[in-house]
Amino acid sequence: MNGRIFSVVGGMFLLTVCSKGDRSSVQAAPAAPAAPQPAAIAASSDESADGGTITGKIKFTGTAPRNPAIDMSEEAACKAKYKTSPTEENVVAGPANALANVFVYVSAGLPANAKYQAPSTPVTLDQNGCRYHPHVLGIMVGQPFEIINSDPVLHNIKAIAKKNRPFNVSQPSAGMKTTRTFSTPEVMVNLECNVHGWMKAFLGVRSDPFYAVSGEDGSFSIKGLPPGTYTVEAWHEKFGTQTATVTVTGTESKTANFTFAAH
Amino acid sequence: MEAADVGGGEHGRGQQVTPALILIALLVTQDTTAGKQVYVKWCAGCHGDNGAGDGEAAHRMIPPPRDFTGAIYQIRTTASGQLPTDADLLRSIDAGLGGTAMPGWRSRLSDRERHDVLAYIKTFSTFFADTSLRPKPLTFGKEPGGGTGADALKVGRQFYDSIGCRKCHGDQGRGDGPSAPTLKDDAGHPMFAADLHENWRFNGGETVEDIYHRLRTGLDGTPMPSFSDLLDQKFLTETELWRVAEYVRSLSPAKAPVVRDVIHAPLVNRALPHSPDDSAWTAVDAYWFPLVGQVIRKSRWFAPSVSGVWVKAVHTADSIALRVVWDDRSQSPDTAWLGHVGRVLAALDPDEGTQEQPALWPDQLAVQFPVAIPTGMERPYFLMGSSSAPVYQWRWASTAHAAAVAGLARGVDRFDSLPGTGVGAQSVYDHGQWRVVFTRALASPDTASQLPFRTGRAIPVAFFAWDGSNGEHGTRMAISTWYFLALDEPVPARVFISPVIAMVLTLGLGMLVVWRAQQKTTFRRKQ
Repeated sequence: MNGRIFSVVGGMFLLTVCSKGDRSSVQAAPAAPAAPQPAAIAASSDESADGGTITGKIKFTGTAPRNPAIDMSEEAACKAKYKTSPTEENVVAGPANALANVFVYVSAGLPANAKYQAPSTPVTLDQNGCRYHPHVLGIMVGQPFEIINSDPVLHNIKAIAKKNRPFNVSQPSAGMKTTRTFSTPEVMVNLECNVHGWMKAFLGVRSDPFYAVSGEDGSFSIKGLPPGTYTVEAWHEKFGTQTATVTVTGTESKTANFTFAAH
Repeated sequence: MEAADVGGGEHGRGQQVTPALILIALLVTQDTTAGKQVYVKWCAGCHGDNGAGDGEAAHRMIPPPRDFTGAIYQIRTTASGQLPTDADLLRSIDAGLGGTAMPGWRSRLSDRERHDVLAYIKTFSTFFADTSLRPKPLTFGKEPGGGTGADALKVGRQFYDSIGCRKCHGDQGRGDGPSAPTLKDDAGHPMFAADLHENWRFNGGETVEDIYHRLRTGLDGTPMPSFSDLLDQKFLTETELWRVAEYVRSLSPAKAPVVRDVIHAPLVNRALPHSPDDSAWTAVDAYWFPLVGQVIRKSRWFAPSVSGVWVKAVHTADSIALRVVWDDRSQSPDTAWLGHVGRVLAALDPDEGTQEQPALWPDQLAVQFPVAIPTGMERPYFLMGSSSAPVYQWRWASTAHAAAVAGLARGVDRFDSLPGTGVGAQSVYDHGQWRVVFTRALASPDTASQLPFRTGRAIPVAFFAWDGSNGEHGTRMAISTWYFLALDEPVPARVFISPVIAMVLTLGLGMLVVWRAQQKTTFRRKQ
């Protein structure tokens, strides 16, 4: 969390704000010199036709660790949802060592004063078969985060956050829904269920819409980027993070592939 | 905020603003500077100089001290995820947190000092400076009436099950639910689900109201979630959630147990109750003794899991039975708890050498007596005697739970079992509780080393417990000090006959006096 330091000169005060929360910093910097780029980009979860695109494939080298089997004997209702014994989803690999569940996002390079409207459509996390769906997801600051329970058993949803306020709420039956929002970018907020110690999900909270999660084929795509030079970070729960620098000049598509080492 | 920042900012302002700014600077400075002094003196040892919960003593306790930098607090009146109010923080400072190493400071620090340190603690996190996060207490309402009746408790129990309390707290509420072995706090430290039969050890207070508040707010940073959303979603009503709190409260004794030093063992005129669940035990008085970690001899143990034992004793003309009951979340050895053992050992600094590897240790209990009933005030060293003055012990382990061994302890690390000692044991593990009955003849099989029990004497007794699934074995145990066991003497027949004789004699004498007086009166009249 290398906070960028914004200096705002107002009167004779020198107020330094450590940018823990990009959003509040952006709001607190109206007097900052105008950025050369458009100040605001109307963005939503809809992919914008304008701007550049960064796509890539994510792979890993070496042998993926085995995902531990989950003992669901305490929860017959969840166990019944599986034909074969369920496992954890620590490393989800596709063909040819493609790596799924990597959160890819622009960690630096966006105009400091840019402000992005959070979509009102919620991001949904489903608890089904005593596992989270999806396992890795992204959300914008202020966007509704909807947690639903499709299992007829008790789940508690604990968000372990440092930059955001954490929470821990319970959903003892199927059909329950809880909605929360996050106030500050944070990669990642860990989500867990303490009733079922194997249930884990990871949520990337961003103040911009430029993020994606790699699919089973390891591919991702971030669209609608304004021209600029960006640091793109790829995060994986077991393999750590990697970064790449990508320059976008117009509406072209640039490639950023990442290769993690299984260890 | 540091005083220097404010002072520096004020420097170039116009004259008329200066006094106000100085005043603000002074107020702020005063508060946190004084608070810092209190903090450094009394709090930093556990909570660390920078409030990160990493003081010198932090690795000597489970749960660990609060890390103030994240501003995540268990005991609040606010919704899950919200900051605590000042009143919430003050409550934890004043009353401490039951069942943890955090003491109450109301009687140790002045009002001013406690408020100052509260202000200082808040400076460790930037969340408190964020005005958009001002905490708002929830509206709890008042406890509805009729909560102690059987019907109300039945409703409470019904929702205890349906909202899933038993997943962690267990079917009978002793913290032994199926998810109990996996519980961790946000930082990965091992966590226990509270034993709901020991409300005097609840972190946030022992009353129905306290329990209801915890159900509504959750204990942030721990696995305990908030159940407030269930009210919004009409899964249950406020009254029904109050019933859960009342049910939980009903599991603990009406009053926290007090220590009574002498266990009275009545004489029973029937067969000795060998079984822990023999109905004869229900009529016998129970005595509670607190246990604490063994922190005298290395390796010391700062995180004992057994907090106390409930003891009953009876005897017949020739034998004694002693029943020891204690809550233990795990029937050790149990592989399900191995991960927990690893987390416990990792959370605590090893007393010597390197960190021990987790293993499958059994649960154990020891009952200790002197080798002979002391004639004077002197008793052997309470912590398992010494090489020159051994103590006589009965030892039971869950791996052979239908038997006990008698022997001599000569200090914490030497126990020599005695052959053919005639100590019997029967035990039951039932929903997070061990119940063990030890039996032996009153007469000693070997008077030189094994205590002969005698009636009408105060016999010193002490207790030791090990929870194997908490990493306890050897010197890592929970201990008590010396208490006493008194075998009530049989009441001799003269106790019943003497008063009757005395009454008959008194009556007879009285009648004699009256008769004589009447005789005299009659005599005089005749004259």
